[in-house]
Amino acid sequence: MVGLATAFGSGAMTNSIDDIADDAQSFFVIGTNTTENHPVIGMRIRQAVRQRGAKLIVADPRKIDLVDFAVLHLRHKPGTDIALVNGLMHIILANGWENKEFIKKRTEGFDEFKAVVDKYTPEKVSEITGVPLEELQQAAEIMAQNKPTAVLWAMGITQHTTGVGNVMSLANLQMLLGNMGVPGGGTNPLRGQNNVQGACDLGGLPNVYPGYQKVTSPEIRSEYAKAWGLTDEQLSPEIGLTATEMMPLAFEGKLKAIHILGEDPIMSEPDTNHIRKALETCELVVLQEIFPSETEPYADVLLPGASFAEKDGTFTNTERRIQMVHKAVESPGEAKPDWWIISELAKKILAIGDRKVQEADFSAWEYQDTNQIMEEIASLTPIYAGVSHQRLLSGETLQWPVKDKEHPGTPILHVGQFSRGKGLFSPIEHVPPAELPDKEYPMILSTGRVLYHWHGGQMTRRSKGLLEIYPEALIEVNDFDAEKLGLNGHKRVRVSSRRGTIEAEAMVTDRVPPGMVYANFHFPEASANELTIAALDPVAKIPEYKVCAVKVEAV
Amino acid sequence: MGNINFTINGERIQAEQGQTILQAAREEGIYIPGLCDHPALPPEGACRICLVEIEGQRALHTSCTYPVSEGLVVNTNSDRVRASRKFNLELLLSDHPMDCMTCDAAGDCLLQDLAYEYDVSEDRYQGTKHHYSVNDPNPFIQVDRNKCILCRRCVRACREVNGVEAISVFYRGFSAYIGFGADSSMDNSPCEFCGSCVEVCPTGALWPKMSLGEGRPWQVERVQTTCPYCGVGCQLILEVKDNKIIKVDSAWDGPSNHGWTCVKGRFGYDFVHHPDRLEKPRVRKYLLDGKKKPAASKRNPEKEGNPWQWVEVDWETALGITAGKMRQIRDDHGPESMGFLTSAKCLNEENYLMNKLARQVIGTNSIDHCARL
Repeated sequence: MVGLATAFGSGAMTNSIDDIADDAQSFFVIGTNTTENHPVIGMRIRQAVRQRGAKLIVADPRKIDLVDFAVLHLRHKPGTDIALVNGLMHIILANGWENKEFIKKRTEGFDEFKAVVDKYTPEKVSEITGVPLEELQQAAEIMAQNKPTAVLWAMGITQHTTGVGNVMSLANLQMLLGNMGVPGGGTNPLRGQNNVQGACDLGGLPNVYPGYQKVTSPEIRSEYAKAWGLTDEQLSPEIGLTATEMMPLAFEGKLKAIHILGEDPIMSEPDTNHIRKALETCELVVLQEIFPSETEPYADVLLPGASFAEKDGTFTNTERRIQMVHKAVESPGEAKPDWWIISELAKKILAIGDRKVQEADFSAWEYQDTNQIMEEIASLTPIYAGVSHQRLLSGETLQWPVKDKEHPGTPILHVGQFSRGKGLFSPIEHVPPAELPDKEYPMILSTGRVLYHWHGGQMTRRSKGLLEIYPEALIEVNDFDAEKLGLNGHKRVRVSSRRGTIEAEAMVTDRVPPGMVYANFHFPEASANELTIAALDPVAKIPEYKVCAVKVEAV
Repeated sequence: MGNINFTINGERIQAEQGQTILQAAREEGIYIPGLCDHPALPPEGACRICLVEIEGQRALHTSCTYPVSEGLVVNTNSDRVRASRKFNLELLLSDHPMDCMTCDAAGDCLLQDLAYEYDVSEDRYQGTKHHYSVNDPNPFIQVDRNKCILCRRCVRACREVNGVEAISVFYRGFSAYIGFGADSSMDNSPCEFCGSCVEVCPTGALWPKMSLGEGRPWQVERVQTTCPYCGVGCQLILEVKDNKIIKVDSAWDGPSNHGWTCVKGRFGYDFVHHPDRLEKPRVRKYLLDGKKKPAASKRNPEKEGNPWQWVEVDWETALGITAGKMRQIRDDHGPESMGFLTSAKCLNEENYLMNKLARQVIGTNSIDHCARL
C-alpha cells in the first residue's frame, strides 16, 4: 500500500475484477498464487486465457497451477523481484517500447529512474534472478505487444524486506508501459482477507484515520477531535505502532495491554515463540473471538463475537467494492455482534475514566445498528462520503472513492490523472533478502496458504469437508532435494530455522525448485510461522514471510 | 437493439447477429424450456427439449444452437413441438429414478418441473435401466449417475468456467456416463471442488453432501451475503432452515463473481455451527478475584481454583472488568502502553469502531490488523 501511495497518491487495487478479466490483453502475475488464494479471480484469468486468448506471464519461484495456462513462466529466485522487473524495464527501454506520451504527460522522476534501470542489463538480471536471457526478452516483448497488461500481485511481492520497493517497481513498470487508468491494465494487489481492504480504509492502521487521512495532520486531527467531542490535544499526533512493532514492545514490557479483535497472532505473526512470550508478558490481553483460537491460552478476557452470518453490515473487497453482509442465523449462546461489544466497552471506559468527552456530533456510542455507524463513517471519511446501506440495499454497487450521495463510485482509479497529480517513478535497487541460506541452514523456506484452508485455519479447520480433504500440513520439497534427503515418496521431514522447528509430511513435487521448501501456516502443530523471521520492510513493516533460511532433515 | 428481424409465435423480434433463437427469445422474455442450456455456459444442443418449429424447415431444431437470421418464422409451442418435447422427456424419464418424494433436488429440479409441465407421470418405455452405485468418496459432492441426464452442463462449467477439465463424458450411447479425471473419483481428478458443476446441474445428479436430507428448497430462507474468506468479495446465497445454514447457492448478480465460487465459499460454511463456538464471556479467575496477574509459569487453567482458570460470566461482569482494567492501564502507564488489533474478518462498521475506541476513548494510534501478514 505504501509503495502505491508513493507512486500514485493512493494505495489500492486500481482496476476492477471485471475489466481485468474482460479487457487485459496480457497478464503479468507475480507473487500471487491466484487460483488457490483468490480462486474466483484465478478462474477469471483462466477464462480470459482460454476463451479470448489473453497472454499470461507468471513470475513465481514456484510452479503454481496458473503456470499450466501461461505462455511463459519466469522462475526467478525468491527475493529477486526488483532485479527481475528492472530487467524487463531495461529491455522495454532498449527497444523503445515505452509509452513516451504517457511518461511525458502524466509522470515525473523518469530520468533518475532510468539511470538505475540502465544498470540492470539482461545479463546482470539473468545472473541475479536465474531467469534465462531469452525468457526476459520474451516477457518484455509480450507485454509491449499485448497492451494493456494487467499486473496482479499479492503477498509474494509484499512479504519481503524489500516489499515496498517491489511494489514501486511494478508501479514503475505500468507507468512505463502507459497501462494506468485504462480498463484491463493497472496495478492490482489482491487482498487476502474478506475485509482487509475495509480494515485499512476505516482507520485500522497506526498512521491514518479513516479514509487514509494522516494522524500527523493537525487539520485532520482537529476535525476528528471536534466530531468525537475531544480537544485537539486529546488525540495523539504521533504515528502508532504496527502489529509487528507491538509484539517486541510487549515482550520488553512496554506495551501493557492489547485488545485483539478476530485475529490470531500466534498463527499469523512471524516467529511464534517470540509472540508467545510477548503476550505472556502483557498485563492484559483482551480477545474478542468466535473460537478458542491458538491465542486463547494467552488471553485474560474472552469476549464471544458473532460470525459473518450473524450480523448486518458491510465488507469492502479487493477492488474497493463495498458490499452488504446480511444476518442469516442467530449467534450461539450469548455471543454478540462485535460492534455491540466494542460500543458497550467504550461506554464503560468513558463512564469511569478521567478522559472527558464533550457532547459532539459523533462523541457518543449509542448505536442501534450498523447502518447508523455507516452514517458516521460517511460523515468523517471522504472516500466513503456517499456510501450508505440504503444505496447498497437498493442494488447500487459502489467502489470507493464515492464522493457524495449522487456519486456512482470509481471502478478504475487514476483515469486521466493520478491521485497525487503526476505519477512518480522511483529508482529502486535490488537488495537481497535479510536471511539467505548458508552452510548450517542451506535451503530457502517460503510460506503461504493452500486452496482448502485459510489464514490461521480457525475457520477452515472447523469445516468438516475442508479438513477431510486437506487434514494436515504438507511441506513441498523438490524431487531433487527429496532424493538427497533420502525421502522415498511420502515421508515426514523436520524443518528448522534459527527460530524454531516443525515436523510434517513432505509433499515431493516440482512445484518448488531445488533448494526451496514451501510450508503453510494453517495448522498449529506444524505452522510455518514457528520458522519465519521477523525481519521487516523498513517502511511498511511487513515481515519477510517469503524468504528465510532453513535446514530440512528426514525424520 | 439488434439488426436482425424475425418472428416468434407471431411476435416480431429484433436480435443481434450471432445470437441463437433461445438467447433472443430469453431476452424478449419468451419462455422456451431446456435442460442442457444455461445462460452462463456455451450452448451444447444435448437435451433436445428446446426444440422449435421453423417455417419452411422439415425437421424441428434445437433453439439453443440455431442462429437467428432475417425473416425467420419460429413457433416455440406448436402441437408438434410439444409432442416432441414430451416424447424426449418420456425417454429421459424411462431411465431416471422416480423418487422425487425423497430426492433432495425436488423443488429445485428442471426435469421435475418439465415432467409436471408436460404431464409425464409414468414410465412409458419399459427397458433397461442404469443402476449406478452412489459412492464417490469425496467430502463435498454426491455423484448420483442414475439421476444424470447427460446434459453436459457440469462438463462445460468445469472446462469453461473453472478451466480445470476434471469432468468429461465416458463411452457412448447407453453406456455413456459422466466421469472424473481419467475415469476415477472426484478427489482423484484435477477437481478443485469449486462447486460450479453442482450449481448448474439441472437434476439431483450432483448435490452437496453437506445438504443431503437437510431441507427442501421451499422450506428455506435465502439470504444473500458476502463470502467470509478471501478478498474477492463473492456474493453467496445462504439457505437457512431452523437457524442453520444448510446450503450455499450462487448469487448470479454478484459483481465480482457472477455466480461462481471456490470450495471455501461454497462448502466451507459449517464452521459457523461448530461446537467450539464461544457462547459466553469468560474471564480468568484471578481477575474475578481482583488479584494481580500471576506468573505465566503458574498457568494451569484446567485445574479447579487455579488463578488462570476460565470463569464464565455475564456480559456486564466481563465488560466491567475489562473496562476497569483498560482504564487503569491507560491512566497508570499512558495511552501509548496500549495496542489494538482490529480485524480484517470483521465488518467495516466494526473496524471503524475499533479505530474510534483506540483513538477517542484511549488516545492512542497504535491500532493495526493483519494486512501485513
